[in-house]
Amino acid sequence: MMKHLLLAATAMTLTMGAAQAETLRWARSGDALTLDPHAQNEGPTLAMMQQMMEPLVLRNPAGELEGALATSWTVNPENPDIWTFTLREGVTFHDGAAFTAEDVVFSMERALSENSDMKGLISSVASVEANGDYEVIVTTKGPNPLLPASLPNILMIDKDWAEANSTVDVQDVEGGEETFASQNVNGTGPYMLVSREADVKTEMTRFDGYWGIDEFPMAYSDIVYTPIQNPSTRIAALLSGEVDFIQDVPVQDLQRVEDSDELKIMSSPQNRVIFFGMNVSDELVNGNPEGGNPLADVRVRQAMNMALNRDAIRQVVMRGQSIPAGVIMPPFVSGWTEELNTVPATDLDAARALMAEAGWTDGFSIQLDCPNDRYVNDEAICQATVGMMAQIGITVNLNAQPKAQHFPVVNGLESDFYMMGWGVPSYDSEYIFNFLYHTKGDLYGTWNGTRYSNPQIDEMTQAIAAEVDLEARDATIAQMWDIVKEDVVYLPVHHQMLNWAMRNEVGAAVDADDQVKVKYFTID
Amino acid sequence: MSDPQNPAETRPAPGRMARAWQSDLAYSFRHSPVAMISALVVAVLVLSAVFAPWIAPHNPFDPGSLNLMNGFTPPGAPNAFTGDTFLLGTDDQGRDVFSTILYGMRISLFVGFSAVLLAMVIGVVLGLLAGYLGGWVESVIMRTADIQLTFPAILVAMLIFGVAKGITPPEYRDQMAIYVLILAIGLSDWVQFARVVRGATLVEKNRDYVQAARLVGRRPFSIMIRHILPNALNAVLVIATISLALAIIAEATLSFLGVGAPPTKPSLGTLIRIGQGYMFSGEWWILLFPALTLLALALSINLLGDWLRDALNPRLR
Repeated sequence: MMKHLLLAATAMTLTMGAAQAETLRWARSGDALTLDPHAQNEGPTLAMMQQMMEPLVLRNPAGELEGALATSWTVNPENPDIWTFTLREGVTFHDGAAFTAEDVVFSMERALSENSDMKGLISSVASVEANGDYEVIVTTKGPNPLLPASLPNILMIDKDWAEANSTVDVQDVEGGEETFASQNVNGTGPYMLVSREADVKTEMTRFDGYWGIDEFPMAYSDIVYTPIQNPSTRIAALLSGEVDFIQDVPVQDLQRVEDSDELKIMSSPQNRVIFFGMNVSDELVNGNPEGGNPLADVRVRQAMNMALNRDAIRQVVMRGQSIPAGVIMPPFVSGWTEELNTVPATDLDAARALMAEAGWTDGFSIQLDCPNDRYVNDEAICQATVGMMAQIGITVNLNAQPKAQHFPVVNGLESDFYMMGWGVPSYDSEYIFNFLYHTKGDLYGTWNGTRYSNPQIDEMTQAIAAEVDLEARDATIAQMWDIVKEDVVYLPVHHQMLNWAMRNEVGAAVDADDQVKVKYFTID
Repeated sequence: MSDPQNPAETRPAPGRMARAWQSDLAYSFRHSPVAMISALVVAVLVLSAVFAPWIAPHNPFDPGSLNLMNGFTPPGAPNAFTGDTFLLGTDDQGRDVFSTILYGMRISLFVGFSAVLLAMVIGVVLGLLAGYLGGWVESVIMRTADIQLTFPAILVAMLIFGVAKGITPPEYRDQMAIYVLILAIGLSDWVQFARVVRGATLVEKNRDYVQAARLVGRRPFSIMIRHILPNALNAVLVIATISLALAIIAEATLSFLGVGAPPTKPSLGTLIRIGQGYMFSGEWWILLFPALTLLALALSINLLGDWLRDALNPRLR
């Protein structure tokens, strides 16, 4: 029986393959960390899950908000706290179950539950209720004009499926837990999970019951996703025709790809800023040097900011594929100004003077934690930073490891000095303050590894979420940026440029968020 | 204190050097061009590694002295920004490749020598014990050796490296990495020594002179060291030489895989790993020069080992 099925399947693939190459072989540096849609708010994880699960509202490759599982949404003119989302009818999950309002209520509540990494995105939500099968009422804790923009990463799953497989609770990633939902998917998305071996290969196939099957190109019938950590192996896989499409193209190889007749590059400025975080609390994880935690002194942080030669990193490490950053906000985000992004001039003498003033003339020693499979040339940037810090007397021990080990260290507050990158799917500053500057807690500050805690910033972060007067809101945001910039909580490095490389026939839809959505892809 | 009256003393007895020069081994060496060239290459490389701080124009292990703007300078040509020129070019961090090779070779050689020494000590001791004592001691030691032989040495080394990295506190990891490498490679490589020494011990222990020593009342330890071991030394020496080349390659492999020497203190393997990222983009010198150095080093040690094996083999004379 099994044998016959296999034979039939082989025969089918053979005939299909002869007609046209419909499988998209896709590679990038790292794998999704989980398949539980609410467990990790991390770019590559979401990029894979977006093929199989959908939000109410998504951001299309042009950057506009577009109805996915909701067809329309309105805010109550009498009470701006109440939003009504009208759901798409006739949508089914991969297992055939109908998609209804109760699934939305379940998924939103799950995204707000313990262990969820998505809480910060929808922290303004007070309650979610179903009104019939195809309407959902969302009540916010105060007016939140940006609610729809915060929904594209909140993916929907089937309530009955989750209950039947006892996977109602969100996976505890930091605790090393694996659950049914972290390995299986039942979404409404355009592609279904066929098989997955973490860090090796994930296969997906077109979902024939997809509601938008006639609406979107959906040119590819199958997707094979392979993480290839080594940059030159990744580029070699593309050059040799082993894969069709790669993300995280090594900057040194752009020219090589462009010179090839069969390959092309698609570029765009990326919605992602790279920066270093520092432990500003009184206690270092690995023990204080004599004289306390040097990083708690703002003068030391200013000195480090001045010693970081962003221009050299851009020219040499990034080969021009970056924009030096003075603030940890990508240029897409409302509130971004040239002035805020001003980069401090590299001035070693001034930096050494500041170190001396702070009482660290002889410097100190610190460990830098760095991912080596997440951002463009992440390890090389960290290495260059080691050299730059050495010039003002700071001895940096570099600990570069894969992101699956790196992020738990940052989020578990086990790092004193670390690299991170941040994209802003809501295109709004609130998202940055909420996740990265607010005092770390259960609902806010979930990715704040710096221990920075400023009651004024906390209060303002919560206030802007509910501010309806957009002018006053912008003024508060500008004030907040001034405060955190003065406190040098993070050392911004640069804004990444996004480069995708692919075979000529792949009609990719480039997306500034680096979020691949294969349903928009065509075959030329 | 020579006495001119005594004619016997006028012709001085041949010195140690002269006797060594006239030995069979030296004769064979003088008549083997491969051995002489290999020895010359090894000598040049080892000396330049030992004296790296005086030969190298830069200290690549001092991150404060690097200028990132010097990155990717081609060999012999001035850098576009700084105008500095480097004999073999620079790597992605602006490190002078020539200096980095010299310093990296220090690590490779230090790890290689120490690991072989460790493997030799463990292997010889266990081999002597197994051969001389026999019984359950022999069974335990030799079965352990057999089990270890079923795994590739590099796998065993990676396992040891992983465990050691897990138990060292992160702030000491960089300093400890080299010693952990020595331990990992040393522990994965003792089996060869143990087997050979055990074989020689089995042959020698029933010889008359050993029996005689035993009758006189010599202690087993003394018999093993003074009487049996010297007869196994030739073989041990040959294995040690060939193991040295293998240990250097093993270190390079581990570092190439990213589990060996840290990127801020690169060994030859780490340098090759860095260079490998720029293979398609035209910066060939970052990969080529360290790879050639590693090749020259491992090949000449290996050839030297081969020659030594033949020279010490009485059947081939």
